[in-house]
Amino acid sequence: MATIYDIDAGGRAPALEAREVSVFYGAKEAVRRVSLVVPANKVVALIGPSGCGKSTLLRCFNRMNDLVAGARVEGEVEFRGKNLYDADVDPVEVRRRIGMVFQKPNPFPKSIYENTAFGPRINGFEGNLDELVEESLRKAALWDEVQDRLNESAYALSGGQQQRLCIARTLAVKPEIVLMDEPASALDPLATQRIEELIYELKKDYTIIIVTHNMQQAARISDYTAFLYMGDLIEYGPTESIFTNPREDRTEAYVTGRFG
Amino acid sequence: MSEHASPLGGSHSARDRRRRALGTLFAFLCGVATLVGVASLAVLLWDLAVDGFPSLDGRFLTSFASRMPERAGVKAALAGSVWLLGLTALIAFPVSVAAAIYLEEYARRSWATRLIQLNIANLAGVPSIVYGILGLAVFVRTFGLGRSIISGALTLALLILPVIIMASQEAIRAVPSSIREAAYGLGATRWQVVSTQVLPMAMPGILTGTILALSRAIGETAPLIMVGAVGFIAFTPKGLGDPFTVLPLQIYNWISRPQAEFHALAAAGILVLLILLLTMNAAAIILRNRYQTHR
Repeated sequence: MATIYDIDAGGRAPALEAREVSVFYGAKEAVRRVSLVVPANKVVALIGPSGCGKSTLLRCFNRMNDLVAGARVEGEVEFRGKNLYDADVDPVEVRRRIGMVFQKPNPFPKSIYENTAFGPRINGFEGNLDELVEESLRKAALWDEVQDRLNESAYALSGGQQQRLCIARTLAVKPEIVLMDEPASALDPLATQRIEELIYELKKDYTIIIVTHNMQQAARISDYTAFLYMGDLIEYGPTESIFTNPREDRTEAYVTGRFG
Repeated sequence: MSEHASPLGGSHSARDRRRRALGTLFAFLCGVATLVGVASLAVLLWDLAVDGFPSLDGRFLTSFASRMPERAGVKAALAGSVWLLGLTALIAFPVSVAAAIYLEEYARRSWATRLIQLNIANLAGVPSIVYGILGLAVFVRTFGLGRSIISGALTLALLILPVIIMASQEAIRAVPSSIREAAYGLGATRWQVVSTQVLPMAMPGILTGTILALSRAIGETAPLIMVGAVGFIAFTPKGLGDPFTVLPLQIYNWISRPQAEFHALAAAGILVLLILLLTMNAAAIILRNRYQTHR
């Protein structure tokens, strides 16, 4: 059985709540009946060894698994009083409100400006696009570096800059929750540090759920940590408790580096 | 230091020399194999140029076919080829690209799509004369389009459809899935993902495939004879229902005459066909490069 701590959401409604979520790839059950509450304006880290289902679980939260042939999701994910998997919910709408940043920076083969403006454009944004692009790039701490070359290709940026551009691109759609799938794993330590500082800034306005391989990173940036192992949620609670005083033996073994 | 260590460039044993000689020999043989193709093309072009150039002038391009070699030209055939190719491209391109998009982006992987896939691959290998028979039965007779340029274009479009579909599928498949995920993750619909990201990135490959397929179509003779392209015609097509001839057919017609003058005309006709082909390929390359730099 999993150990789930009482989560104090500060009297506010949680940003997201997963109930008994299972994911199947064909006959294989990649995630097994996971339930967890994500408080608003907090950073939640999903940790665990490779193949434990943490990325798969993350992709349930904005219905990205719909795009994987043969993937099937059971259970409920409640967002704003509504189950994301209800028949009348449009996955496109879900992804607009719950954005995602991927493991490898994946800018479009377009200019920095066009990358940032893509989301608003396809969503029929009718305001001042220049302002929105600047605001998004500022939020992603990239504006100062690119303001003079907005029309250059995004591919001319460094890996860390590309990832911040991808974050800016996600923010430009004005999501409520940002999902991050190992956003710094392809970056060098300095670029990683900048992303981490950015995440700390972003939680003022957004709820962030981040998958990470890097336990130090989870300890540094997250408020809550969920430890998954072989598709099961083993322990979920305040990050400090998980890292300093885990209640489950497997959690302790993992966070102290005895396996993983 | 180990006792085997020796300075660079110091090893010249017999085995080493033999190994190197084999490498050189292999490179030489590959070079010869390449030359076979290049040399035969050069000889062919040279032979054609010698025979054809004297006849290749303004009059040749602006005259219709004639019984008298000194008054005969390729005007009707050239116009027919250009018309036919344009129509074929107009029909085949949208249909093929749509089919490729459907197969790659929309269709679920099932035995049905695999069967369709297999059939498309097989169709690409069907001899062109078979398409001619199909065109005759379906377009000329059943649809009542007659022995017209539109019948010819529809037949050629069918002929090159599988080639363009396969090339387009390949190009679409080469678009990294991370780009699709990025677009979906921003709340793009499937259509928006395809139209704003996948198609623009796949377009250079799709265009290349299309041009290559059209290059095949421009040299086709057999299916066009089946749908009734005529060997002798004294006007250019004005509409879709007009009879027509094409360059390969005109060339074939001249070659089969006994007089040597007509053989020179045939050589000139081949030069026109080759120039048309090279122009098309050049256009494709320019188009492709422009697409690539304007992203």
